[in-house]
Amino acid sequence: MNPTRLWAIARKEAIQLRRDPRSLIMAFLLPVALLLFFGYAISYDVNNIEMAVVDESGSERSRALVHAFESSGYFDIVEYPARYADVDDLLQRAKVRVVMVIPPRFDRELAAGRDAAVQLLLDGSDANTATIAQNYAAAIVIRYSSDVLLHARRFVLPVEAETRVWYNETLESRNMIVPGLVAVIMSIIAAMLTALTIAREWERGTMEQLAATPVHRLDVVIGKLLPYVGIGLFDVALAIVAGLLIFGVPLRGNILLLAGLTLLFLLGALSFGMFISAAVKSQVLATQVAIQTTYLPAILLSGFIFSISTMPIALRAVTYAVPARYYVTVTKGIFLKGVGPEVLWVEALAMIIFAAAGLTLAIRSFRKELE
Amino acid sequence: MPEAVRVNELTRKFGDFTAVDRVSFVVERGEIFGFLGPNGAGKTTTIKMLTGLLRPTSGSARVAGFDVGREIDQVKLNIGYMSQLFSLYHDLTVLENIQLFAGLYGVGNDRFADRRDWVLEMAQLAGHQDRLTGELPLGVKQRLALGCAVLHEPPILFLDEPTSGVDPISRRNFWDLIYGFAASGTTVFVSTHYMEEAEYCHRVAVMNRGRIIALDRPRSLKAAIQEPVLEVTTAAAPRALEVLRDAPGVIEVTMFGRAVHAMVEDQAAAERQIPEILAAAGHSVESIRPIEPSLEDVFVSFVHRSGGTLAE
Amino acid sequence: MGPAVSLVGLTRDFAELRAVDELTFDVVPGELFGIVGPDGAGKTTTLRMLAGVLRPTAGDALVAGVSIARNPEGVKHHIAYMSQRFGLYTDLTVRENIEFYADLYQIPRRERPPRLERLYAFSGLGPFEDRLAGQLSGGMKQKLGLCAALIHEPDILLLDEPTFGVDPISRRDLWLIIHEMVASGVTVIVSTAYLDEAERCDRVALFHKGRSEVVERPDVLQQRLHDQVLAVRTDQPRRARDLLRKHPAVRQAILFGDVVHVTLAESAADWPPARDHLTAHEIALLEERPIEPSLEDVFIDLVQGQEAGDA
Repeated sequence: MNPTRLWAIARKEAIQLRRDPRSLIMAFLLPVALLLFFGYAISYDVNNIEMAVVDESGSERSRALVHAFESSGYFDIVEYPARYADVDDLLQRAKVRVVMVIPPRFDRELAAGRDAAVQLLLDGSDANTATIAQNYAAAIVIRYSSDVLLHARRFVLPVEAETRVWYNETLESRNMIVPGLVAVIMSIIAAMLTALTIAREWERGTMEQLAATPVHRLDVVIGKLLPYVGIGLFDVALAIVAGLLIFGVPLRGNILLLAGLTLLFLLGALSFGMFISAAVKSQVLATQVAIQTTYLPAILLSGFIFSISTMPIALRAVTYAVPARYYVTVTKGIFLKGVGPEVLWVEALAMIIFAAAGLTLAIRSFRKELE
Repeated sequence: MPEAVRVNELTRKFGDFTAVDRVSFVVERGEIFGFLGPNGAGKTTTIKMLTGLLRPTSGSARVAGFDVGREIDQVKLNIGYMSQLFSLYHDLTVLENIQLFAGLYGVGNDRFADRRDWVLEMAQLAGHQDRLTGELPLGVKQRLALGCAVLHEPPILFLDEPTSGVDPISRRNFWDLIYGFAASGTTVFVSTHYMEEAEYCHRVAVMNRGRIIALDRPRSLKAAIQEPVLEVTTAAAPRALEVLRDAPGVIEVTMFGRAVHAMVEDQAAAERQIPEILAAAGHSVESIRPIEPSLEDVFVSFVHRSGGTLAE
Repeated sequence: MGPAVSLVGLTRDFAELRAVDELTFDVVPGELFGIVGPDGAGKTTTLRMLAGVLRPTAGDALVAGVSIARNPEGVKHHIAYMSQRFGLYTDLTVRENIEFYADLYQIPRRERPPRLERLYAFSGLGPFEDRLAGQLSGGMKQKLGLCAALIHEPDILLLDEPTFGVDPISRRDLWLIIHEMVASGVTVIVSTAYLDEAERCDRVALFHKGRSEVVERPDVLQQRLHDQVLAVRTDQPRRARDLLRKHPAVRQAILFGDVVHVTLAESAADWPPARDHLTAHEIALLEERPIEPSLEDVFIDLVQGQEAGDA
């Protein structure tokens, strides 16, 4: 390796990057766009479920129940159909997902101290939302019932569980998603960024010229990596700031530790892209391979969406070969738990191995030779 | 039909750039008419206008008696067009390519068998009709492309740089075919950037920067060079060339092996002055003699005369 | 002093195809050596092997005394190579491209200004130094390629069809630069498909189907057919050509417009019987004169002779 040549390659690569709008978009715009897109789109929380209420009782008690739904924040009451017959149409056209029907005798039964039934109709075509809505509705109704009971009989409930959720107190899935998302986006972008570099030079004919100079292949591979490491670090910083400011995700751990481990991860991911580029020598093919080998594993097998501990053993074994898995653990750990090296050393070690393997593959597959 | 092509003040602009600038000429029936010039001189743009692929910005052209602006369909029926080798499909067999072009040019079933056999024989591909076109040697592919371009026996044939990259023997065979077409009355319009190749044409239009700067028989073009060319041999030719480049009366100098070719204004004066100039710079002249100018010299001379700058 | 470049049975196969077939010849230091032949003759493959970017299948070549088979990287300090396709970066400026190659060859900063000045002087690229390489004309691009190749002042310059598709005036400029290099002691190996260009070289190797038919000085090659080529103008050019082709005293008859170039079988003495043959067929001779054979005539003569020998 030779510093002058290494620097010459890095500098040239940086100039080219600066002049290529496609690369600039991919390097700077795409990560933020993906973060915003996924950050808003992927959410396990169900809020503002559209709801219709048929209040045939029209009493003070029925209005109190409706108010309990309204003030919960989970439901948005958008329709008050006068007749039960209109309900079917509302559900069919997906105007609402939940309908509550309060029968005329509701007030009378309660006043008499008897059981009163309300009817809940749920749109089951989105089973996930239906289940969650059902749970929320049941909770609100139970709460209302207990209020009624307490009010009437002055009972005190003997045991009340006081739950506290750690690390993500409000149980907002966004807090869980955004740190993991940074990791997933970076593993996709990194490989795509470098997948083009060597293949492009072969396709354009500039590599033949470069190959006829005494430049060492280490200079070429590492020199080309350098600007992308810079871009990668910048992207992560940008994503973190966006996570903090836009999504309000807490950052509890040491930011320097995060930076260091990010660097390790980027080295691995960028070298892997470089390896693909050197091996296939075609820009189109290299981009496809880079997407195939990073996108799905990073999303499905990194523990980002699906918990690794609940996967079948065979699949769980595969996740150990997915670099994003370790980086997802790192970002979640540092963001949410604020853990340090005493916990993350395993991940650090794994990422060192990936970086070393990626670099070795990239350097070995790149030859200054035509075929 | 007295004239095959009549072009009058034909012009094509792309934005601010004038690719073809008020070009006028006439091509006689049965003539082999060459378009000579570097890349970017306007050769291809002119051919595209004459074959109806591109609309002229102004001026007019008649091909086979039809106006290229208004009667484009009739023009297309009367011409064959071969653009390098791009027209053939490499993943089709020889026969499939012939069938495709017969279909495109509307060669009827009654004539097809005759024309197919004619192409196969002409391209020396009889018995090889089921080979993939991509596997054929370049020279053979070129003959096949030519055959496909003339399947419908057009009276006028346009060839855009037809012999790029072909070896000299195939190239000479190709020109034999072209002479055959011309002898049977076909008009051949051919563009090339090979100076040597222009020698094959009956008449040559030399193009530069969108304009025709000379138009005549190759022999007459050479004879029309007013500037004689001298071959000067000396021990250190490259150094001598440096000296001669700025010498008075010398228009242009170039190297050939160890000799300098100098285009000069006046032969007698130059033959006297050049040895003196070189001697003053410490070079002794071994020999100095006039030589026949090449078509490249012709080109350089005409560019020099028309203002001295080249296509960019 | 040994040869600058020495090929010993240099061979390269691509699957079934033998692209370069046991080439053996030497190039003398300070020589301008032409590799001449049509596309597919093996010119590019040979130059790529000499530049150390393509491995030979068999044989070897010593470039500045270094084996390209055993030590391809060692060769690269001594040479500059310019590929046929423009090999520089179209999205870098003229200056950036040259500086990039200066860095790769580790030219000290203080040595760069005089070298750049010299390169700009003979290429005329100075006024364009801040222009993107992609926005240069074909001829200018080739000149830039030469400048980048020459920044480290190599001993041996390998040029693969530097004048392909370039206009005649830029072509002459490029040849001037090449001759300039030769004058300063650089050994130059240049390939070309233009046979008329081969006359500009000290010696040429005529390539055909991966083999080098002959290695010789161009004027000596032309001398081979001296007195044997005539330009004949008649009133019936095509018929004259056909008659001459069948005549035993004629080796070749080629039509150029209305003139037939006749290559005689042995010497000028073959002409009178061939001429009588024409007049006997009532063809009027308008003009006849001996002409200097072109290298294309020589090439065809050699190749046809060799193929007749093969058959």
